Parts: sequence; structure tokens; C-alpha cells
Amino acid sequence: MKPASFEYFAPTTLEEALERIGEVGNDGGKILAGGQSLIPAMNFRLAQPAALVDLNRVEELFYIKTDPKGDLLIGAMTRDTTVEFNPEVKKVAPMVDECLPFLAHAQIRNRGTFGGAVCHGDPAGQVPVVAVAQNFDLLIKSKANGERWVKAEDFYLAMYTNVVEPDEILVQIKIPKLAAHAGSSYKQTARQAGASALVGVATVVELDEKEQCKDVRLAYMGVSEMPVLSQKVPEVMKGQKLTEALIAEAVEACVSDELDPGQDMHATPAFRRHLARELGKAALSEAFARAKK
Amino acid sequence: MAQKYLGQRIKRLEDPRLLTGRGQYIGDINLPNTLHAAFLRSDYPHAKLNSIDTSAAKEMEGVIAVYTWEDLGELWHPGPVLVPAPHSIPGTVANSRTQIPIVKDKIHHQGEVVAMVVAENRYIAEDAIAAIYVDSDPLPAVENIEDALKPDAPLVHEELGTNLATHVKQERGNFEEAKAKADYCISQRIIMDRGSAGAMENRGVVATWDEYAGQLTIYCNTQSPSGLRNSMAAWFKIPEQKVRVIVPFVGGAFGPKVMTNQPEEVLCCFATLQLKQPVKWLEDRAENFIGTTAERMQIHDCEIAFNKDGKVLGFKDVFLYDTGAFNPYTATIPLNTQTHTTGTYDIPNFYTEFKSVFTNKMIVSPVRAAGRSYGVFVMERMLDLAARKLNMDLTKIRDVNMIPADAKFPLESGIIAQDFAQFVLDSGNYPAVLKKAKEMIDYDRWIKEEQPKLRAQGKKVGIGLVMFTENTGVGPYEGARVTVGSSGKVYASCIFGTQGQGHFTVFAQIVADQVGCNVEDVVIETGDTDRFYWGAGTFASRGATVAGNAYHLAGKAVRAKILSTASKLFNVPEEELEISNGEVRVADIPGKSIKLGDLAVKANPMRGTIKPGTEPGLEATAYYAPPYGATSNGACAAIIEVDPVSYNLKFHKFIFVDDCGTVINPMILDGQLHGGVQMGIGNSYFEQLVYDENAQLMNGSFIDYLIPRVTDMPHKIEIGHLNTPSPLNPLGIKGVGESGTIPIPPLYAQAIENALEIPGLFIDEMPIHPSWLYERIETLKK
Amino acid sequence: MSDLVNVAININGKVYKKEIEPRLLLSDFIRYHAGLTGTHVGCEHGVCGTCTILMDGQPVRSCLTFAVQAEGHEVQTVESLGTPEKLHPIQEAFREKHAAQCGFCTPGILMTLSAYLRDHKNPSEEDLREAIDGNLCRCTGYENIVEAAKLAAKNMAAERG
Repeated sequence: MKPASFEYFAPTTLEEALERIGEVGNDGGKILAGGQSLIPAMNFRLAQPAALVDLNRVEELFYIKTDPKGDLLIGAMTRDTTVEFNPEVKKVAPMVDECLPFLAHAQIRNRGTFGGAVCHGDPAGQVPVVAVAQNFDLLIKSKANGERWVKAEDFYLAMYTNVVEPDEILVQIKIPKLAAHAGSSYKQTARQAGASALVGVATVVELDEKEQCKDVRLAYMGVSEMPVLSQKVPEVMKGQKLTEALIAEAVEACVSDELDPGQDMHATPAFRRHLARELGKAALSEAFARAKK
Repeated sequence: MAQKYLGQRIKRLEDPRLLTGRGQYIGDINLPNTLHAAFLRSDYPHAKLNSIDTSAAKEMEGVIAVYTWEDLGELWHPGPVLVPAPHSIPGTVANSRTQIPIVKDKIHHQGEVVAMVVAENRYIAEDAIAAIYVDSDPLPAVENIEDALKPDAPLVHEELGTNLATHVKQERGNFEEAKAKADYCISQRIIMDRGSAGAMENRGVVATWDEYAGQLTIYCNTQSPSGLRNSMAAWFKIPEQKVRVIVPFVGGAFGPKVMTNQPEEVLCCFATLQLKQPVKWLEDRAENFIGTTAERMQIHDCEIAFNKDGKVLGFKDVFLYDTGAFNPYTATIPLNTQTHTTGTYDIPNFYTEFKSVFTNKMIVSPVRAAGRSYGVFVMERMLDLAARKLNMDLTKIRDVNMIPADAKFPLESGIIAQDFAQFVLDSGNYPAVLKKAKEMIDYDRWIKEEQPKLRAQGKKVGIGLVMFTENTGVGPYEGARVTVGSSGKVYASCIFGTQGQGHFTVFAQIVADQVGCNVEDVVIETGDTDRFYWGAGTFASRGATVAGNAYHLAGKAVRAKILSTASKLFNVPEEELEISNGEVRVADIPGKSIKLGDLAVKANPMRGTIKPGTEPGLEATAYYAPPYGATSNGACAAIIEVDPVSYNLKFHKFIFVDDCGTVINPMILDGQLHGGVQMGIGNSYFEQLVYDENAQLMNGSFIDYLIPRVTDMPHKIEIGHLNTPSPLNPLGIKGVGESGTIPIPPLYAQAIENALEIPGLFIDEMPIHPSWLYERIETLKK
Repeated sequence: MSDLVNVAININGKVYKKEIEPRLLLSDFIRYHAGLTGTHVGCEHGVCGTCTILMDGQPVRSCLTFAVQAEGHEVQTVESLGTPEKLHPIQEAFREKHAAQCGFCTPGILMTLSAYLRDHKNPSEEDLREAIDGNLCRCTGYENIVEAAKLAAKNMAAERG
């Protein structure tokens, strides 16, 4: 299983990388980030990019810092392992800290990048659903058009397809810090360690001074081509006092009306709905409990 | 004579090399001027081949040759039948179709070789593969084995007029009479599917033709070096003495590597004969899923006739078996199923019938357990059904039907086994195995005291306990040659290949005990047909039993020579001699001793005369042929918790009792059981080759074909041993290599049912997984 | 075919200078161009872990890295651990506990553990199981590997004092 040939570029600056992808992106050229999703596809010859622009030597894309507002700024090429063990990430985005250990295995996370995980958009991926639930802000640059910000909830278009144009590069992920009385939770289930998740859920619950639900974002993965951000859950929960019964009602509304899971060899639609239901309730309860603290 | 090494936990002699990455596997064989092969494999499971255009591929830089069926000429023909049909069983119907080296006019299964590229490296070879254009018309495919036997089914082999491959009926006693007499009879359909052997190392061949010497040398990680040598010699009409097969270290085999006349073996030999350079092919994982044999589905319709007291009067089993597009192995797997159904239960009336069916999928050939696990699964499940009907404890019904400890062994079964001899239980104490298993899992107390506590906490925890047999050590024979070298190292050669079972150590233990040297001075040579010519190969858990005994007999013969030579040398009777630590000494006379190496030199004078009939040196060759296979048996039990949300499983406790007769090295034995259990766990909750209705494989990679990981295993497999030596061989050994795998599916079924306590839940299929369980439960609720 | 590139790749402290295609996988560079065959290849899609090596001290899949990407980094393979005459403590523990059968997956697991035990002085059994959950083994059932890892952790801690 050897990959097909490609032209190879290894820029050392972002400017050079943007130049390169500007040249080759519209002619079958692709960005090579961690390679942990792209290279297996290339080894199977399912992907045969004509050119690769390797970002692994663009040091300026590897960083984790906090901005004055307290939001987290992560360079797109930061390794998943680096993000996984970073104490600031744990504080600002505990869901990221919770979800990363499920992402394949440690050896994959040592090469895989956070930006790569966002862009790849694995339908059973941990990072995309967390990105949507906490509404990461994504900074995309190109040589031709400068830079633009896209919210995670607007980022994914279809299976493995997102708004990044062939000549653009995702350069930074900004994770807005959670509000003062907010809590989050990530849950998933898979058949074995590191295997593709069957269903996963990420949620952020924000409470007002009376501990009622001020806002809630809940997104599922594994049930569709892309993360599904629920409209029903906020409809049911916003402005309400949170009880187990209300949480169950909100989740049920979502699972029945908003999810249309497919059938594959690992799970039937009914089983995925069951998982979505149970995981959704557990995640909301936990996020609520954390928000109260 | 005191045995030193038999039964000892000797650390493995092969470990220093393997642990430091210095083991040489097929991928590491790099001869000068090697060319690299890749194969274009069919995407369609069933198609008519119209034409192949290799012109673009041939033009590519770095491509040396591209071959299709036309290039083979007279060398194109189907391979031989590897195991004949059991014609000694009356009424047997057998249609034999064997694999072809490369597609000629029809594609029979996804993964069949359509073209071969030989290039400077594998990357270029794969580029060339992509440039070959195949024009074919897909045909309706045969996927489902029941549909395959319907009159309107598409045919895998049109000229046969049927998809029936083999049809065999066997019976002891009379089931219908038993059924008529019995208080109850329950019928049930039970389905068991399996999957890929999934060895971490894929297959590989390096074939090299030396024109000057007229010698074909084939490096291959095969389990059957002699089989490969004989078949390639025959295929290419080269004398067997000029074909050498060398098996390097093998990264796991588990069955599929025993198939010979595999297309890639034939084609690499063909290519090297054409090109007169070494041709190397390393299978990649994608190829392995579609191009290497596996085990697949059996559909069983069973009936169990039993009385109120739990005694089973009769058992009937009619099953279908998916043999894939070709059946060179004919009936080995289903015969194993038939011989392992009634196991250690005394069931006087047993009717078993199977039809193996051609489908448009890769050939089925034995994978660890090799058909035995299906028989065990149906029997254990049907006993559970009978027990349910009688509201009887599951271990009680087993106890009631168990062959007693004082049974008059050998016990004839009336059923012909895979070696075409009657399956005979040679020895065993089955009630003791059941008793030990119950003790180890603390069966009665756990059910009475612990389970209620856990259930009160809301946990879904259940217990399972099942029994099994493993027929092992079948013939025809193996041979070994033991030679004391002048250095004192003892060389012990056998053709028997090794794939991780510790042969370099366990066989050394056996030889050292006979020859009287230290175990680390024994050098085991395996898998080289020039070093030892005769033998059948590593399969069916016959290594320790058959090869082990051959080594034992050869070692014994060398010991006799040592004593006789030293006796003459020291002029003392043999009884006064001792051999230990590689030295022969006259008892009580220090100074009158000689190292074995020096004695070997003395036994081989290069001048002068020796008595006629004397064999030079200290060397002997011996063969061991079992009259029939020795049968080991055991039980396993587990306490399993089912997660009520995910339906993932967690082990609380796992025990395994095994009686494999004499144990050579308990550490290696336990390792075999651990590994076997992992595969059994795979066969229960993780692994399955999933095909769509067009016989296309849907999970041809490790992403969707799940192999159990460390976190899927019990923390500890507690192992208990019993030892009823086999009377069939001098060492009393019974095989054990496949035992760990065999009983796991029924164990899972029983324990999960017990955990979930859902009325009417009966797990009649394997493998299952969380979604399957969920759906079955939801169906029951409705 | 694309243009060849000149690379200088540091493996186990030795620099291998070769002219290669950018698409050459690091696993193939190690095995063929550096002649270090201790690193094995099991799946070429990153799931089995057989090809695991250390890059700058961290375990990575060599089948999911292009050789060109390894330039400027330190690669360590199983050959850097011990020799048949002098086994590394982890290899010694593997021998003691019968943690290898066919030996094919072993180098990948040894490299994974060598990094893990270097960074974790007192791992629990659960920690060790999680540490190797990215490595498939088809022969041993993993139990003895975990036992060997526990023994290695203990011995290495004792050595450090």
C-alpha cells in the first residue's frame, strides 16, 4: 500500500506556505498537516494529491497561548498531544481535554494536529463536534484573499468537506473561554479503545444567577456526515429550571426530530438513537453540575 | 534417568534475537538484484473477463515485466487438491474446484489475481498496477449460502450446475429413534461466523532461480515448507531435490499460511524463472483481507432430544458451510465441526450432516480452531436451551451428560475426523475439569451470594461456564534429526516451521532431556527443506505432539549412541555411565569423562576402519506417526458485566482449565492459551468479515475489522491445569495451540444472557456486538 | 514520478544520506535504506502499531510519516535499545515474562514502552494497559506484555534509585 507520486514542498514560513498552496491548491495540491488521516488515505490510494504543501516545518503555526480576553489561541499545527496535556486548555476548554484521549491512540496524537482534526471533519471525530459545541473561531488565510474568521458552526458543509478553499490554510483555532457560570461535557462510546466512535456528544450549558438555563449548545457526532448542532435542545431548555426530566425532554426532542442516523456494520439507526439519548442526558447533567460550581 | 527440562518454565532461547529486532522475517530477506512484485486484484467478486490491457504498465520506467494468464502458457492450470474428500464416509458427494494462479476468463472472487507486475521497487509496481486496464462484465454474485443452493442461484462454477461443494452425512446410533423416546426435543437454528486470522505479519515470498545450479529457492513464511517445495517442484517440473524452501521467522500464522499453491507463490516462482533474478512479494494488509484465506459462516439447524433428568439421548445437526470460491481443503473444517460437537458428553445418538457451498468469496481454509469452535458452540448452546426448559443449572446438565472419569478409554465416536481416521477420545478426566472450573470461578457461591449484591447495585453481571475438546496431534507424521556437533552444540532439525509457539525452546527441552546436554546448547533448526526433507507442516496443534515426539525419539536414539560409544571408549558397561551438562562420565570415577562434542569427534574417524554397519558421529533420525489424534479438553468460565448504555463488556473474572496431557513448558503453554483466548474474544464480540449482497467485502482494513486490544481482554486469565497424559505417544502430550479460541463464543453467549436476565433472550448467533444485542433486546420487548 | 530529494536522516545517532522520492514512507526508509529491519510493517494505515518508532523521543507510526519529514529530527528504532548479548531492561522483562511469541509486533511495543516508562516512573496497571492500547498483538493476548511492563517499571525505578 504505497502512495502515488506527488510534488513536495516543505515551506518554513507561513508566507511561503500560502504562496505554495496558492500555486498548487487549485490543481490538486493539498496541505499536509499531521498526516494521520491523509497518509493512510494516500497509502490506500484513495487520495492521490498531485502536490503536498507540508506545514510541519512552519514553526510559527505551533503554539498555544491565551489572549488578553482569556480566549485560547491554538496554532493549527499544534500536535494533539501538546493540546491534550496543556494546562491552559484544561482550564479554558475542558471538553477538549476530555475528548482528546479518545482520538485514536497516543502515537497518532503525537503527529496529528489540532487544526488537522478540525479540518478533516471526521464524521466520528472528537474535535469537530467539540468545536461546534463550543463554537470555536477559525482563522483562515490565503495569499489571494488575506484572512477571514469562520465560526465552527458554519465551518462544515458535507462529509469531509468544509469552507476552506483549495488555496487557503486554516492557521489558528480560537477557543472562546466559557462564560462564568458555564459547564461543559463531552461523552462518547466506541466499540474499543481508539476505534471510531459510534456516537459522541459535546455540550456547553450556561446558567443565569438563578441557576436557570441561560444558554445551551449541544452537538452530536457519529449520527450524520457532520456534527449536528441541536436547535431543539436550546428551544426546550433556555430560560428553564433544569431538572432531569427537562433534560430528558430536550434530548428526546433532538433525538426524535433532528437526528437521522444511518445504518452501518457497527450500529443500526435505532442503536445510535439510543446512544445519543443516553449520552446526551449524561452530558447535559454533567455540564449542568459543572456550571453550578 | 532424571529429566531436567520437561515441565520447566525455561525462558525462550529465541527471545534475545526477537526482542532486539534481529529476527529475520520474510520482509527482511534482501537478496542482491531483487525485483519487486505487486498484483492487480479483482474488484468484482464475480465477472467475466474480456480483456486486459497492460501496454501502459509495461511502458513505465522501472517496470521490468507485466504478466497475465497468457504468459503462463501450459503453466496455467488450477492447483492441486490439498486435502482429499472423505470418500471413506459412505454417501459423500464431493465437487472439487481448486484455485487458479491468475484469472483467465472468469473472476471468481474479489481479490483474485488478474495481473502481476514486476518492477524495481514496490512503489513503481503499484503505479503500474494502477495503469492496467481490465475490461470485465460483472456477473450476479453468490453471497448467501442458503440462496446459493436455490435452483435459480447464479453459479460460481457453471460447469458443475450447482454451488454444492461437498455433502457429508455421519451418524452414530439412531437419532430419530432417540427423539421418539425422549421427553423433549428442541429445535434451534444457530449461526456462527468468523473472520480473518489477522496475523500481524502478512504473507510474503522471495523466489529466486539460480540458472547455473538449476536450483529454485523459495523463501516464504509458509506453515508447510515441504508442501510448498513439493507443489512448486511439481508445478514447474523441477526435481524436488532442486527446490529449496526456507522459512524465516514468521510473524504469526494461525492457519492461512499453510495453504500452498497460492497464486502468489506460483507467480513469483514463474517470474524468477523468466527473469532469472529474485522476485519478492510482500502482501500488504489490504491484500490480506481479500487475498488470504479466512474462516466464515456456518448455519446450523440443530435438534436436541433429552429427558426430564437432563440426559441427552440424541443430537442432530444439519449445517451449511461457506467454502468460498474454491475448496482445495475440501472438508477439513466441517469434519472438525462434526468431530467436536458432542465433545466430552456421552450422547449415544448423534446425526451430523453438512453441505459446503461455493460462494464468490475468498477460499475458506482453517483458522485457529479450524472448524472446532462451531461444533462446540452449537452443543453448548443447545445444552443451555435444554437446561432452560428444565429449569436446571447449566453446569448440572453438563455434569449429567459428561463421560465419566472411569470410562473405558479409548472411546470410539463413530465419526470420521479430518485425518480420515475415526475420532477417538484417547484419555481424559472430564468431570474433574468441570469441577475444577467451577471451583476456580467459585461458581455456586458467586451465583448465590455475589451476584445478588451486584444486581442490587443495578449492575448487569452474569456468569458463564462452558466445556470443549480439541483434537490435536494428527498425522501423518513428522521426523527429526539430532546431531551432536564437535563444538558440543546439539543440532536438532525438523522441517516443522515455527510461528511464535516457542519451538526453539520446547523442542530444545525435549532434546536436551534425552541427549543430556544443557538446553541452551540445543540449536533447533526448522523450516528449511534442505536441512530436513520430510514432514507435513505446522497446523492443527500438532507441533508438540508430533514433532515433539519425533525429536524425543531422535534424541533417545542419539542417547543410545552416546552410551554405546562412551561405553566402548571407557571400557565400562553402559549402566555405569551418566550424561549431564553435555558431558558423559563414568559414575564415581572423576576424570573418566568426555564432553559430548569431543565424543562426537571420536565417533567420526576420518582415517582407519570402523565396524561395518556403524553409523558415524552421534546422530540419529527418527519419525513419529500417531495412530490418530490425541484429544485435549478443558473448560472456561467468566464473570462479565454488560454496560447498560453502550453494551460494551467488562470482565470481572476469567478462568481457563486445560488438560493437554504432559506439559513441556508451562510458561509457553499459558502464552498459547492467552493468545487463543484473544482470538476467541475477537470471534465473539469484535471480528467479522462483513460482505454486502454482492459478495463485496465492506471492512477490508483494521479501521472496521476490529482486533481485540489489551483493553478488551480480561486483566488476568487464571489458568488451571489437569494432566491426563495421552497414551498415544511416548511423551503423553496433547496439543493445545487452538484451545484458547474454541470455547469463547458460547461463554460470551451464556454470560451475557445471565447478565441481562431478559426472558426469552437467546443468543443464537456469533459474533455479536453492542448494536446486535440492543436490537435483539428491543425485538423481544415488542 | 516526482523529483528525487536528498535527505540526511538521523536514526539511532547515525546519519543516513540518501536520494529518495518524497513519497517514500519512513518505515521503508528505515528498513531498506538504513537496513534496520527491526521495525516491522503490519498494516500501513496506522492502526496496528507494529511500525512504531520514536521521533524526537515520542512514539509515532513510521508508516504514516514520509521519510523526508524525518530530516532534522531524531529517529530511534528498536535497534537502539539492546543487543542479544545485553538486553535493555524492558527487553529483559519481556524475556522474563514471556511477553513475545512471534516477535513481529514486539519492536513497536518496546518503543512505545521505552518512551512511556521513561516519562512515567510509577505507572499503575491501568496506565500501562492504556499506554499500549495503540499496539495490536495477535499472539500473546497482551497479559504477559502488561506483566513485563510492570516488571520493567519496577526494575527501572530500582535502577534509578
